[in-house]
Amino acid sequence: MRDLLLANRSRADYLNPIVFFLLIAALFPLAVSIAPENLRALGPGVFWIAAVLASVLSMEQLFRSDFDDGTLEQFAIAPQALSIVVLAKLLAHWLVTALPLMLVSPLLILLYQLPASTVAVAMLSLAAGTPTITATGALGVALTVSARRGGVLLSLLVLPLYVPVLIFGASAIDQAAHNLPIQGPLLFLCALSLLSVSLMPWAIAAALRITLE
Amino acid sequence: MLQVEQLAISRGERILATDLGFQVGPGEALVAEGPNGSGKTTLLRTLATLSPPSGGTIYWQGQPIAEVTEAYRGEMLFLGHNPAIKLDLTPMENLKVYARLGGAVTEPIAALEGMGIRRYAATRCRHLSAGQLRRVALARLILTAAPLWILDEPFTALDRQTIDGLSSLLEEHLAEGGSAIITTHQPLSLGQARVSRLPLGGG
Repeated sequence: MRDLLLANRSRADYLNPIVFFLLIAALFPLAVSIAPENLRALGPGVFWIAAVLASVLSMEQLFRSDFDDGTLEQFAIAPQALSIVVLAKLLAHWLVTALPLMLVSPLLILLYQLPASTVAVAMLSLAAGTPTITATGALGVALTVSARRGGVLLSLLVLPLYVPVLIFGASAIDQAAHNLPIQGPLLFLCALSLLSVSLMPWAIAAALRITLE
Repeated sequence: MLQVEQLAISRGERILATDLGFQVGPGEALVAEGPNGSGKTTLLRTLATLSPPSGGTIYWQGQPIAEVTEAYRGEMLFLGHNPAIKLDLTPMENLKVYARLGGAVTEPIAALEGMGIRRYAATRCRHLSAGQLRRVALARLILTAAPLWILDEPFTALDRQTIDGLSSLLEEHLAEGGSAIITTHQPLSLGQARVSRLPLGGG
């Protein structure tokens, strides 16, 4: 798909969020404490906060260039339904932002001295939670893309909406670290993702039309 | 055929024109004229279903376009100020995207050939000049068979030769029974085609 090709042409833009993700996570121990038991307690929370912030950072590019060069207008009046185009863009965006986050996440788990068994759970929780983040964030982007400095506004809009994902994502890792059952939070994340991925494209398409008027 | 009745257009709070009425039939072209800021672009965006009209109705083949939006969009091609071309892709890749979006009747390479930029098919658009970029955008006119063309300042940044090329493309389109709505500041010669003019108010 076109967006993947584009992403490949400007790799640096997509590397930044990943470096950001790792940096935030690396800063916490320096500022708080490096005692292993503290790290283990902080780990799951920091992991997900870093993931959410990194996602918001990358979100802004989702519609920016298409809006600036008029491509979005063309998509809006194409015979192809806008929501389908949006869904394709979301998928491409998820592949270039969330997937790399998942791949580097084991590094972070080890950094926080969490048991190795949580690595799989952390990746699973990202896989289950990031579709919600991408889809919900895209709605925020669709509403703010016409604003000159939409970045801060975007964070204000979407960060509160990420709270459920943050809670369930962090608790999944936390429970795994304590050898407790993890299905509950993971299933919640999956449910949220299914809901947002199936409904958001229509909302995003509607928001984009309002933005383009 | 496009028919417009009592159309009112506005940009933000400002009303640009009211009670516009015209029709554009097969083989006819309409040229919207007026000074900067008189609402030419807004009119075109309204006709392209990007902005809703603030009053009045637009009919396509006798039906209000609000009711046949999907079908109307399939038969209309709008080229705005922005070229809608991705600079990091090649002209070929850009056209393939639009071919996928629907309505392509020509191979992308043939469309580029038609605009005389086949040579640059595999060059990144970032390295093309403004005029070449416009030609990539205009190649979409050849790519699809939309009966209605809505062109906002299509002659901007084009050299003499390409202007002639585009003019004959327009003539051909009209001769085949297509319609076109155009804004331009350039004198337009379209041979035998029926060209009507729509003056838009001075402010």
